[in-house]
Amino acid sequence: MKIAVAGGKGGTGKTLVATNIFYVLMEEGQQVELIDCDAEEPNDTLFFKGEIMHHNDVLLKVPEIDTSLCVFCGKCKEYCNYNAILMIGFSNYIKVIEELCHGCGACTAACSYGAIREIDRLIGEVNQYRISQHALLTEARMRVGVYSPVNTVKAALKLNPEPYMQIIDAPPGTSCPFIHSVVHADYVILVTEPTPFGLSDLKQTVETLKGMNKRYGVIINRVDVPNNEMTDYLKKENIPLLAEIPFDRRIAEVYAKGGLCAQQILAYKHQFKNIVHFINQEICK
Amino acid sequence: MQIAVISGKGGTGKSSISAALASLSKSIVLVDCDVDASNLYLLFNPTHEEEYSFVGGEKAVIDYSLCTHCGLCMEYCRFDAIVNEQGKIKIEEVFCDGCYLCSRICPERAIAMCEEKESRYYAGSFRNGKMVYGRLAPGEENTGLLVNKVREKAKAMAKHYHIETILLDGPPGIGCPVMSTITGVDKLLLVTEPSLSGIHDMERMLEVAKHFNIETQVIINKYDLYPELSEQIAQKANAWNATVIALIPYEPLFIKAMIQQQSIIEYAPDIASAHILKQVYDRLLLK
Repeated sequence: MKIAVAGGKGGTGKTLVATNIFYVLMEEGQQVELIDCDAEEPNDTLFFKGEIMHHNDVLLKVPEIDTSLCVFCGKCKEYCNYNAILMIGFSNYIKVIEELCHGCGACTAACSYGAIREIDRLIGEVNQYRISQHALLTEARMRVGVYSPVNTVKAALKLNPEPYMQIIDAPPGTSCPFIHSVVHADYVILVTEPTPFGLSDLKQTVETLKGMNKRYGVIINRVDVPNNEMTDYLKKENIPLLAEIPFDRRIAEVYAKGGLCAQQILAYKHQFKNIVHFINQEICK
Repeated sequence: MQIAVISGKGGTGKSSISAALASLSKSIVLVDCDVDASNLYLLFNPTHEEEYSFVGGEKAVIDYSLCTHCGLCMEYCRFDAIVNEQGKIKIEEVFCDGCYLCSRICPERAIAMCEEKESRYYAGSFRNGKMVYGRLAPGEENTGLLVNKVREKAKAMAKHYHIETILLDGPPGIGCPVMSTITGVDKLLLVTEPSLSGIHDMERMLEVAKHFNIETQVIINKYDLYPELSEQIAQKANAWNATVIALIPYEPLFIKAMIQQQSIIEYAPDIASAHILKQVYDRLLLK
């Protein structure tokens, strides 16, 4: 079972929900893995201590051009759809712009002169920690300065072959990093906040998930006064409301210090247990 | 002058602060660079004077009247986007990166590339000037390129209407859309919050800013939620050559203002946070 926690807008409480659900499942003694797929800004390891089990470098195959063999025909440049090869033909000048390379291998396939070989570029790392006997935390961490976290996210999702229950903490937005994080999920928990911004980004995320044929439910975080627009939208779209987390300064304070409210505040221990229970029921429907 | 508002971590208050700074100006070009979760248009309800379509990537499509299911494309694809399902070669659309390699090497010329063009960007006017924002269609890609398009449009508008300041509201994270947002700007305004996540994400963002060699100022929003950490933030920021220029207290009126489709300056001009933001405006945008 793979459950992704996503939300569209940044800062709605994805990590809060993912870490606390993981904690509750761990306390119940389940075999569970939390995977932090927000590789641009991973935070889940701030909340748990554990012994490191695996460290993998994430590498991308990028071309290196041997100018003694290159005839400056320009075919590699023509094949590259990412403008990652710079060539000034008359001056016999050719250069790979590594930051723009997606590692697709088109230039290697294009070259008939054996002038291109591929070298490894370090673009990220995946670290896995053992948090308890049955619980693992896997973190995707993109290297600073790299353009895309996608390969690092894919590497993190693939690391553990064991049939653990997986909680996937997805990145904000709805573009490629988000899609790769949720694509294999059986269920997606969407965490939103009762504001116009939260609703707008929730709608965008729901539209994306519809195109992927995913099942999903919503948690509204920081509920202060009832927000009819949000609940009307959920009713209209027939989206289950999994939980409402109240607006409570204590949650923000515990979170700020790297704590877990399901561990420190009894009421939230019950609430997160209920959320897990409710999601289980939803998934089994 | 171009100023980008960024944060690393999401939800620290970038858009609320961008909106406040925009409201303090008499004439500004405001740009929403968070193209897959754009929100500022909800506050300012700009006119749609211009609409442009954006090709948010290309996907491979197999013509099965030509495909012999030889599987060569599958061998070449580095994105695991081509699979063999019981002898039938299929494209997994969500994984396709649009690199064209399969279409180039197919011996039967059975693969074509199909443009995705549902994404849009808009330019128009709002109460404090001009506004440009992008909206990436669900599932489409190339956020960085769309940010570039939006910024080009903003520059053209600034020139045409003789507006000096362009304010860019950036996306969360530190990847491609963020780099497209900050490339070539004059100043960065980093909005963080006093949490371990906020500090961690700020430091990664400051490392990116250092690569780009851009002058960076920091605002700590909701600083009173955890004042001890706010001090640590100031020290870490200094170590990266960035200066903390303002502390904004936790203020529930920001959300109330948002619900009323107003910036905090419009909604509650006399509260402490509004005065602090006025000082930030004077310091950053008036110089």
